[in-house]
Amino acid sequence: MTEGLTQAIVDLREDDALAMVDQLLAEGADPMGILDDCKRAMDVIGERFACGEAFIPELMMAGEIMQSISGKLKPHLTSAPSQEKLGVVVIGTVEGDIHHIGKDIVVTMLDIAGFDVVDLGVDVKVAAFVDTAREKRADVIAMSCLLTSAFDAMKRTVAAADEAGIRGSVKLMIGGAPITEQVVAYTGADGYGKDAVGAVELAKQWIGGA
Amino acid sequence: MFTENWKELTADQRFAARMEAWANPAVEFESDEVKTRYQERVQLFRDAIELKKPKRVPIAPWMSLFPGLSQGLTAKDTYYDYDKLAEAWMKFHAEYRQDVLAFSINIVPVHVYDALDYRLYDWPGHGVGENSGYQYNEAEYMKADEYDLLINDPSNFWQRFYLPRVIGALEPWATLDPFSDLVEGPMTGPFFIPFGTPPVQEMLKKMMAAGSAALEWIQRFSAMDARAMAAFGLPGFAGGATKAPFDVLGDTLRGTRGLMLDKFRRPEKVLEACERLVPIAIDQGLRACNINRHPMVFIPLHKGADGFLSDADYRKFYWPTLKKVLLGLIDEGIVPLCFAEGGYNERLEAIHDPEIPAGRMVWMFDATNMHEVREHLGGYQCFGGNVPGALITTGNPQGMEDYVRQLIEDVAGEGGFILGSGIVIDEAKPECIKTMIEAGLKYGARV
Repeated sequence: MTEGLTQAIVDLREDDALAMVDQLLAEGADPMGILDDCKRAMDVIGERFACGEAFIPELMMAGEIMQSISGKLKPHLTSAPSQEKLGVVVIGTVEGDIHHIGKDIVVTMLDIAGFDVVDLGVDVKVAAFVDTAREKRADVIAMSCLLTSAFDAMKRTVAAADEAGIRGSVKLMIGGAPITEQVVAYTGADGYGKDAVGAVELAKQWIGGA
Repeated sequence: MFTENWKELTADQRFAARMEAWANPAVEFESDEVKTRYQERVQLFRDAIELKKPKRVPIAPWMSLFPGLSQGLTAKDTYYDYDKLAEAWMKFHAEYRQDVLAFSINIVPVHVYDALDYRLYDWPGHGVGENSGYQYNEAEYMKADEYDLLINDPSNFWQRFYLPRVIGALEPWATLDPFSDLVEGPMTGPFFIPFGTPPVQEMLKKMMAAGSAALEWIQRFSAMDARAMAAFGLPGFAGGATKAPFDVLGDTLRGTRGLMLDKFRRPEKVLEACERLVPIAIDQGLRACNINRHPMVFIPLHKGADGFLSDADYRKFYWPTLKKVLLGLIDEGIVPLCFAEGGYNERLEAIHDPEIPAGRMVWMFDATNMHEVREHLGGYQCFGGNVPGALITTGNPQGMEDYVRQLIEDVAGEGGFILGSGIVIDEAKPECIKTMIEAGLKYGARV
C-alpha cells in the first residue's frame, strides 16, 4: 500500500500520480497493489461526490487518471485481475437519445466499483438491452436519458424485459437529469440513480439483496 | 438605434426605449382589441421584470416541438414542412392561451443544415428518428492545444479551424488565409488564390444554397409569427440568443469532458478564453435584439448547473464572465433572459450579485427549489419557470393544477414572477399543458 499514490489521485495531481506509478513499476512493485491504491482513492472521491464536496469535473479527472494508470499496468499484469466482479450491468442511453456524458460517468464509476459493465453506447434499441442482458446474464439493466421524450423508450424497454420473462433475474435502473420518482412509476423501472454515485449504490444494494 | 441620441442615453432610458418598441411592433393587428391584448401582455412581462405586481402572472412555457406534435405533425414535418407548421402554429395558439408566441428559435433550420452538411446536430432523418427533436453531437471540435489560436484571433479560429470541422461544406475554408491578411494591395492577390480552386468554389456554391434556404426559413417564420401575433395579440419572448462564455467552451468548442479536464490541466487558458468570448457574446445578443426590436435575449445555461462545478469553481470559472455578458447587455437596455437548465440550488447566492442592477433581468429555472429562489432573488430580479418535465410528460391534470396553484401561492405573491416550464417542451400530454396554462390564468389573477 502506497499512501502517496492514493493521496495524489485523491488530490487529482495527475502528473504526480502517473510519475509515482512509473516509479513503483520500475521498483518492481506488485501491479495489483497499485490497483488497490487506486481503488481506495476512487472510494474517497466517490464519498466526496456523494456528500457534495466533489463534482463532475473531479469524477472525470479521476476517471482519466485511472485510465492512464490502467494503461501503464496492463503490460505488467500476467492475468486479468482475479478480483471477483460484483455483478454484470448492461448500460446504455435509450433509443431516440444520443447524449452520453452522464452515461459515461456512470460507466466509469461502476467499473471502478468492481462491476462488469457492458456499455451499449447511445440510441440503444429496446431489443439490444434485453438480448444483451440475457446473453451476458446481467444483474442490472441501466438506462440513461437526457430528453423527456425518451421516457417512452424506457417504458418500452421495461415492458420488453417483462415480456422476455427476465424481470426475476434482472433489475432495471433508469437515470438522467429529468428522472424523478414519477418517471420511475411511469416507466415501470425498479428504481433510479440520482447521480453516478447513486447509481452505483443502487446497483450494490440490489445485488447485495439478491 | 431606437433614438438619434442613443449613445447619450442611460441604461434605464435604453431599457425604456426598447420596452416601448416591443409594445409597438410594426404589425397590422386584426383589430384594436387584439392590439390592446398584445400591449397588455407586454405590460404583464414588463411589470414582472420591473418587480411590480402585474395584473396577472404572465405565462410563458418554453414551446419547442409541442405546437407541431400536438396538432398531429411529426417532428420531421415540424422542421421541414413550413406550410404544415404554419397551420399547426395557428391552431396551437388558438387552443393554448399562453402569453407568448411559441418559441420558434427552437424549430431549427434543417433545410440550411442539409445544404451545409451540418455535423454539430442530429435531426430527424439525419441520425435521429422522425419523431425526435434535434440533438447535439458533443465532441472536442477545438483541440486541447488550440486555446492560443482561439485567444489570439477568435474569428480566424472559428473560420479556419472550427467551422471546417462542424460544417462539411466548409471544409475547404481550412485552405483559406485569414481575412486580416488583406492589409495592402500586394497581399490581395495571394489572399484570393485559394478562391480559384475547385473545392473552394464548390464550397461557395453550397453556401449560396444555404443562404437561399436561410432566407426562405426566416421569411416563412417571420410571416408565421406575425400572423399569430396579429390574430391573437401574442408577443415573442426573446429577440435573440447568446451564451455564457464558459458554455461556449463546454458546449460548442471543447465538449463537457474536454473542458472539465482543462479546468485541471490548463485553468489559466480556460479563464483567458472565457474573457476573450465576453464581447463576442454581448455583440451577438445585442445585434439580434436590435434587428428584431425586442428587449430580451435568451441565454440557456448549461455547464454551471449544480454538480457540474463546485461553488468556488462556479465563482471562478463561470460567473465572472457570464456576469460581464449580463452587464454588457443590461447597459444597452437589454433584458437577459437566463434559463438555468438542471439544478441551480447551489448558485443562488452567487447570482445574487449586487453589481447586477435590480429589476433588469429574468431568471427562469428548471429543477431548483423555488422557495429558495424566492428567498434569494425575491425583490431583486424577476424569476420563474420550474413546472417539472416529469409532470408535463407523465402527469395528470389534477396534479398539474395542484402544482401550479401551490407554486403561485408560494412564490408569486410579491410580483416579479413568470409561470414557465422547467423544460423545453417537445412531447407532452396536451391535457397537462392546457391545465398548466388555465391554472396560471386562474390562480395567477388572484395574487
